[in-house]
Amino acid sequence: MPEATFLDANELVLNMGPQHPSTHGVLRVILKLDGEKILGTECVIGYLHRGVEKIGENRTYAMFAPYVDRMDYVAAVSNGLGYCLAVEKLLNVEAPPRAQAVRVILTELNRIASHLLWLGTHALDIGAITPLFYVMREREEILNIFEAYCGARLTTHAFRIGGLQYEVYEGMEKQVKAFCKMFLPRVDEYEELLTENRIWKDRLVGVGVLTAEQCKQFGVTGPLLRAAGVKWDLRKAQPYSGYEKYDFEIPTRPNGDTYDRYIVRIQEMRQSVRIIEQAVEGIPEGPILAKVGKVIKPPVGEAYVSIEAPKGELGYFIVSDGSTQPYRVRVRPPSFVNLQALDTMARGGLVADIVAIIGTIDIVLGEVDR
Amino acid sequence: MRKLLRTVFLVDLIQGLWVTFRNQHPRNIYTEQYPAQRPRIAERYRGAPRLNINPETGETLCIACDLCALACPENLIVVSSERNKQTRRKELTTFTYDISRCMFCGLCEDACPVDALELTQDFELASYTREGAIWDRQMLEEGPKPTWYRY
Repeated sequence: MPEATFLDANELVLNMGPQHPSTHGVLRVILKLDGEKILGTECVIGYLHRGVEKIGENRTYAMFAPYVDRMDYVAAVSNGLGYCLAVEKLLNVEAPPRAQAVRVILTELNRIASHLLWLGTHALDIGAITPLFYVMREREEILNIFEAYCGARLTTHAFRIGGLQYEVYEGMEKQVKAFCKMFLPRVDEYEELLTENRIWKDRLVGVGVLTAEQCKQFGVTGPLLRAAGVKWDLRKAQPYSGYEKYDFEIPTRPNGDTYDRYIVRIQEMRQSVRIIEQAVEGIPEGPILAKVGKVIKPPVGEAYVSIEAPKGELGYFIVSDGSTQPYRVRVRPPSFVNLQALDTMARGGLVADIVAIIGTIDIVLGEVDR
Repeated sequence: MRKLLRTVFLVDLIQGLWVTFRNQHPRNIYTEQYPAQRPRIAERYRGAPRLNINPETGETLCIACDLCALACPENLIVVSSERNKQTRRKELTTFTYDISRCMFCGLCEDACPVDALELTQDFELASYTREGAIWDRQMLEEGPKPTWYRY
């Protein structure tokens, strides 16, 4: 009998990425396979590591603000809001009401933009190419609003510590309202394309199940947690930037599979439109920047602020030693924490499902690696 | 029974195809024919930097205060000045701006007390060399040369 060779072995180790288009960036997943079945996965990250936290220690507070946009570049406005709130907490100031309302509008628009990009790429991974084009069309409208408001489309640097740099441009309310009106029927259109589609359902229902208990163990937040049936949203649980004033619901689903996460995100887009419509209706008059002084020099201390970013809980922990530069900046990125659950979700599934599972976690590698 | 009929007659797929069909009308074309058709750039767009000059006298507005260089997170602005013996004022000699490292955050623009440094609506910043991305005072004052396309 000849000796057993490598080819006889049942297990196969396969590298997926870092150049694989379905990993949404440069994620490398080492798959252990038995035929088509996944026995285990291992993520190799760090291909996009830029040392953002270390850069933060060498920049003044105001200078570091543009860098946080480059972590989750799909939701740059949310990142900026989290950072600004953290520094404001250190300084013990609060943005004026007008600034808060504008912040809410822009962050919710950004949530829609992020979810839209997720929907397009997730559908593309699974084989539905059409939604990507429609989704990009609507996202373009949001990016136009960003461009007109703060002069950049992707890495916006929209907020400053203590409020806003730019006053609302002429016609912004009208443009945002027009977008809201146009957008809701479009969401119905996406649902028409996907929700009842049999291929979509076959690929998603029951794939990558993550129970509420497992979510809590991993610290998974955002739509993944809500799709598992936990009603947890930081906008409701610990309101920031005036979210307590707006009336909206937290969409949840019971099963915690990929299909439920899709439904939750679609519902979240509708809720975001609801918040925007309320916020744009009554932007209060007044100043847009609190009194923070030209040089930002917070007192000795530390602050942790977390916000509900489109992907989950985004936290900033900043330690100040009383100088103009932070002593330490630590970011709690939702993508990085959520990615931990990949192995649990993928184990026992099929190779074809791993693409759906990576897509449904909604990772941005810039944020995973920082 | 109803579910079976829906499955047999591919209702869910036809429903999706109908959405695609609805969007076929030429009215719904959204693609921008970029080089042929210029995109509409917002007024506040942060693009290529410009060092403003007084249009009547041709003198620079910059007072060489160095605030933009201090505000820049990437330290890519270098300002040098000379004190004029007669008027006792600082006068700008050279101004370098490294486009290749710029992230267009707009902090230099915010810091400028006399609105001399400004980020304009120009967005075509490609150059054939790395050195070409380092703009000197003349380039900053005149702006990038217009781009010509042959198509």
